[in-house]
Amino acid sequence: MDQQVATPASSAIIRSAVDDPKVTSKDVCVFYGEKQALFDVNLDVPRNAVTALIGPSGCGKSTYLRCINRMNDTIPIARVTGEIKIDGQDIYDPDLDVVELRARVGMVFQKPNPFPKSIFDNIAYGPRIHGLVRDKTDLDELVSESLERAGLWNEVKDRLHEPGTGLSGGQQQRLCIARAIATKPDVILMDEPCSALDPIATAKVEELMLELRQNYTIMIVTHSMAQAQRVADKTAFFHIGYMVEYGDTKQIFEDPQDKRTQDYIFGRFG
Amino acid sequence: MATQDTISSPAAASSRQLNDPALLRRRYSAERRFQAYGLAAIMVALFFLVVLFTSIISQGWTAFLQSSIRLDVTLDKSEFTDADGNVSDKAIRLANYAKLGRDALQNALGIEKPGRPEKRKLKELLSRGIDTQIRDVIEADRSRIGQTVPIWLLASDNVDALLKGSIDRDVPEARRQLDNRQVAWVDKLVEEGRLEKKFNWGLFTFGASSQPETAGLGVAIIGSFFMMLIVALVAVPIGVAAAAYLEEFAPKNTLTDIIEVNINNLAAVPSIVFGLLGLAIFINFMGLPRSASLVGGLVLSLMTLPTVIIATRAAIRAVPPSIREAALGVGASRMQALFHHVLPLALPGILTGTIIGLVQALGETAPLLMIGLVAFVVDYPVTPMDPATALPVQIYMWASSAERGFVERTMGATLVLLLFLFVMNAAAVYLRRRFERKW
Ligand SMILES: Nc1ncnc2c1ncn2[C@@H]1O[C@H](COP(=O)(O)OP(=O)(O)O)[C@@H](O)[C@H]1O
Ligand SMILES: [Mg+2]
Repeated sequence: MDQQVATPASSAIIRSAVDDPKVTSKDVCVFYGEKQALFDVNLDVPRNAVTALIGPSGCGKSTYLRCINRMNDTIPIARVTGEIKIDGQDIYDPDLDVVELRARVGMVFQKPNPFPKSIFDNIAYGPRIHGLVRDKTDLDELVSESLERAGLWNEVKDRLHEPGTGLSGGQQQRLCIARAIATKPDVILMDEPCSALDPIATAKVEELMLELRQNYTIMIVTHSMAQAQRVADKTAFFHIGYMVEYGDTKQIFEDPQDKRTQDYIFGRFG
Repeated sequence: MATQDTISSPAAASSRQLNDPALLRRRYSAERRFQAYGLAAIMVALFFLVVLFTSIISQGWTAFLQSSIRLDVTLDKSEFTDADGNVSDKAIRLANYAKLGRDALQNALGIEKPGRPEKRKLKELLSRGIDTQIRDVIEADRSRIGQTVPIWLLASDNVDALLKGSIDRDVPEARRQLDNRQVAWVDKLVEEGRLEKKFNWGLFTFGASSQPETAGLGVAIIGSFFMMLIVALVAVPIGVAAAAYLEEFAPKNTLTDIIEVNINNLAAVPSIVFGLLGLAIFINFMGLPRSASLVGGLVLSLMTLPTVIIATRAAIRAVPPSIREAALGVGASRMQALFHHVLPLALPGILTGTIIGLVQALGETAPLLMIGLVAFVVDYPVTPMDPATALPVQIYMWASSAERGFVERTMGATLVLLLFLFVMNAAAVYLRRRFERKW
């Protein structure tokens, strides 16, 4: 943040203020080595709502999402500056336990990535390592509750001890969502969760998101503008490392202000 | 190539047919030619393999049989007593076993009052190893002293060679190792069912000996076993830990680059150099005993380490990063992600690499020569600090002896070594299948 401020301070258009935000970002910049991938992102994410991050490929959506559970820490050359708070707590505080943070901020990846273990063990792994359960009954209960919340219980309840990798793509992705839910997070990050799924599986996952919204703060990166419109309360538009425009989904799609947003939404980018 | 042209240039397409038979024929024959080359290459390799195995097996299989003579040995009490008439350990140790054996043979052949030259000829039919054989019978049960017991006694290597057909009966007596009388005795013993080729357990139990019939791989097998144990205990944990650190934790900088290059270089260092290193460090500097399997094991560990590291790194790298992300994503620490997910998935590869390293170490000879494992060791090593040899070194030592019995044993020992290698490779395949998981 100190050296390479390439362009004048960002002039993102914030269409509607969020009061009592769950996640707040202030002047977040991310560098991969010498290269800066995000420039001064300021964003307030509302609680118990779905916030979509859209924008052309390589604009930094995933990079931003990975700041929120500090997955960028696992990339040696990545460096994050600025401030991100969840419920007012600075998550880049040196005293903060990253492992604890990642239990509280679940993540679902682009390609379904269940562990090559049983369905049960996939869900049970997180709670086990975080010591969330006291005994087997507790664990069984947590596993079935997580699967139920992810809308997968009825499909897998008879085959909990079969490998998770044997499920269909859409079921695997919901298994991953259940796995994220099992550590009792309050924020769930999803990076293009439907890009590897067929339309029917996609519809199921979208339905699930709308349901989970009541209890969780969801941030989703999506390439599909239709999907953003279907599931998101708020939408943020990113462009080459800048957060350009942010507001209610309806505002962004029906009446984009910035030229770049308009070009993207009305399909004028190549 | 040619078909692509047809499709990619529309101008030419009109002048050329899509199913131009000449073109098709050319492509098919090119394919067939390539397959023929491949097949030929495999055939050549197989041919040499078959030649190798037939020559080893045809020369070596007889090493697994050894001629023994069943004799009723009279354990004359006077042979085992001191001057005072009591049986003592010392007397048992010093008894004239050769005479006992010879007397028994003489009785079996029905020869009465043999003269000196006859006695010598009779003695030549029996191995010098019968001392230990008879003593073992007595030590197992001392009440046998004074009785007559049937014992299978080893025949001498010349008798063995005669039975196996490697001493030619048609050779004139003067140039034959056994004269006509001796050959007649042997035939008589065979006829009576007293002289037989039996499975040669001694090949696996005896230590070093100057007579082939009492020389075995016992010491070498124990020595090799100790060394494999040391390699497994030293090289495998260090190698896996080093690989896991380099893959998962080490920062990518010049230092780790240099380390990486050097590990690869180390894997290519001639093994004898590791022997020199072991001589300088373990024996001359640290003062560990020469000829000990401990030093051999440590040298082989050094040699195997790069193999284990390289195999483990490859196995870890083959684990999809999405698994790592998934683990970190639910809040596993990097250690947990490594131990709970990455290493179990990499296990088949690690096992395979490790066993290949062990197999290399088992067959390695040159570095062991440098640290004195070429020793004449008669007694079993009890600890890795005791003098020992190794299987390939034993083969090397036997190969440099000229006696027929040792030539046969060289091949037999090679078969044993190959069998061990084969079993270990099979274990590698089995373990890989067993632990392989799909994702
Ligand atoms: N691990 C990485 N190392 C180096 N550069 C990266 C890495 N990940 C992403 N980037 C760069 O950061 C920019 C933003 O990437 P990303 O956040 O993945 O974009 P999006 O998800 O919007 O497609 C891209 O230019 C990309 O090349
Ligand atoms: Mg992305």
